[in-house]
Amino acid sequence: MSVRDLLPIVAVVGVLALIPFGASANTVLNFLVFTLIIAIAAQGWNILGGYGGQFSFGHAAFFGTGAYATAMLQVHLGLNAWVAFAIGIGAGAMVGLVIGFLSFRSGLRGSYFSLITLAFAEVLRIVANASAITGGAAGLLIKLDVRPANFQFHSRAAFFWIGLALVALVLVLTRWLEHSRFGAQLMAVRENEDAARALGVDALTVKLGAITLSAAVTAAAGCLYAQYFLYLDSTIAYGLWISVEALLAPIVGGIGTVFGPLIGALALHGLGNLTSLMAGRIPGIDLVVYGALLVLVVAFAPDGLLGLVKRLRARLFRRAATETA
Amino acid sequence: MLAVERITKRFGGLVAINDASLSAGQGRITGLIGPNGAGKTTLFAVIAGFERPTAGRVLFEDIDITTEPVHRRAHRGIARTFQIMQPFAGLTVRDNIAVGAHLRHRARKDALEKAEAVARQVGLGGVLDRQADGLTVAGRKRLELGRALATAPKLLLLDEVLAGLNPSEIRDMIPVIDAIRESGLTILMIEHVMQAVMGLCQHIYVLAEGRIIAEGPPDAISRNPRVVEAYLGHGAAARRRGSEASHV
Repeated sequence: MSVRDLLPIVAVVGVLALIPFGASANTVLNFLVFTLIIAIAAQGWNILGGYGGQFSFGHAAFFGTGAYATAMLQVHLGLNAWVAFAIGIGAGAMVGLVIGFLSFRSGLRGSYFSLITLAFAEVLRIVANASAITGGAAGLLIKLDVRPANFQFHSRAAFFWIGLALVALVLVLTRWLEHSRFGAQLMAVRENEDAARALGVDALTVKLGAITLSAAVTAAAGCLYAQYFLYLDSTIAYGLWISVEALLAPIVGGIGTVFGPLIGALALHGLGNLTSLMAGRIPGIDLVVYGALLVLVVAFAPDGLLGLVKRLRARLFRRAATETA
Repeated sequence: MLAVERITKRFGGLVAINDASLSAGQGRITGLIGPNGAGKTTLFAVIAGFERPTAGRVLFEDIDITTEPVHRRAHRGIARTFQIMQPFAGLTVRDNIAVGAHLRHRARKDALEKAEAVARQVGLGGVLDRQADGLTVAGRKRLELGRALATAPKLLLLDEVLAGLNPSEIRDMIPVIDAIRESGLTILMIEHVMQAVMGLCQHIYVLAEGRIIAEGPPDAISRNPRVVEAYLGHGAAARRRGSEASHV
């Protein structure tokens, strides 16, 4: 991985980091922080789904585990929020490894893998809803004590920058993946598992590595969510909504690309919020926009927005070339 | 180098391979021929580890590898091509071959260098950046070969790398295979193109209905009446002898 590979990441993150200086309204920052949380969850999904070809419908299992771990360690054990944050990521990774082991070990592929992940997430949601330790249906409140040492800030911009730093970290991680042996083997498994095995790729180990990494990243999004909103219940943490958000953003932005999840999250939530503002308070209007956008992308830009841009640019160049010729 | 001892493979009631034994000697090209449905590809799958035999053993360099998974065998130095080509369709030729090269090279840079060298060796040097699903049939066959070679194997299992090629493409491919053997690799090949089998192989096994019915050097095999019958049907050998006699 060279400096040139990192340049686009530095540029994009640099520009985004300036936003709070221009737009400091709470509603704008709220929207941005939430979008970044979705982007991180989606980046996690993209590692397993985009690069590994294993389509999970249950990334809520990792998001929720990260969120609950962060909250429970603070509420029940009085642990420092930053430490809880780190443990939350580790807990999410562990859940990823266990779910991966159970499903990949038994050879589940394709839609069977998708369905089993959905089932795991739903089981976790139901268990979280019924247990005392997770606060049951009432949920968990993290005590308000606004100090940086507690991972709580007066300014929403601080959360924005932390979220952005995490996004940047995963962008670099994903870029590394594209230039590593592990990434090459993961993509080989995505393209053709039997051929990969014949070339000495231990498909099971590679897939387990991918789901663990993927789960850790999505769990980080859950941890940030818990810390930002300071409240959780089972439908927030383990709900289907986050599984859908995590897979929708990469599909819209460009699956198996470094920037796809970030672009997808920004496009989906930007458009969703814009319509909410313009259409007033029609409940669920943003979901209608999601649906419409998804249909459009699948029909006209199967490689996502990034793929669309690449295709248009290629066409433009070709036209320019024929005109000068 | 490779010894297959009394392999039997049953799929339910069907006996695909029945008590078959063969060996491939160091630095030689050994051929495996037989009519369609004889069990050649199944036997390859057993050797490469994609299928577990019902009975029998597979020995590689005198070590019993019968129960080892596919990727372990690749580490030992067994590489295979697929009869039905299995390219990593969405990846470039370079990246396809690099997956194989990564078996012995951890660093991306080394793997890419190795991939380029192998691509030139199999005649894909000019299409390194083309996506694999954009290749012709001949190109994909070369890609299969290139990927397998990039793992730096000791034993190369070639499953019909010439099938589906036109005569001029076959003429181009044969020197490539010959050059691979000259570099010291041991090759076991399944092939239907007789011109190639007879020209390349030093030793040939004939598989019919799951059994090894004959083995020997190419010229002996082509005259063996049991082999002729396996291909052309009962009584064919006698008729052929008759017609040859009348020509004299």
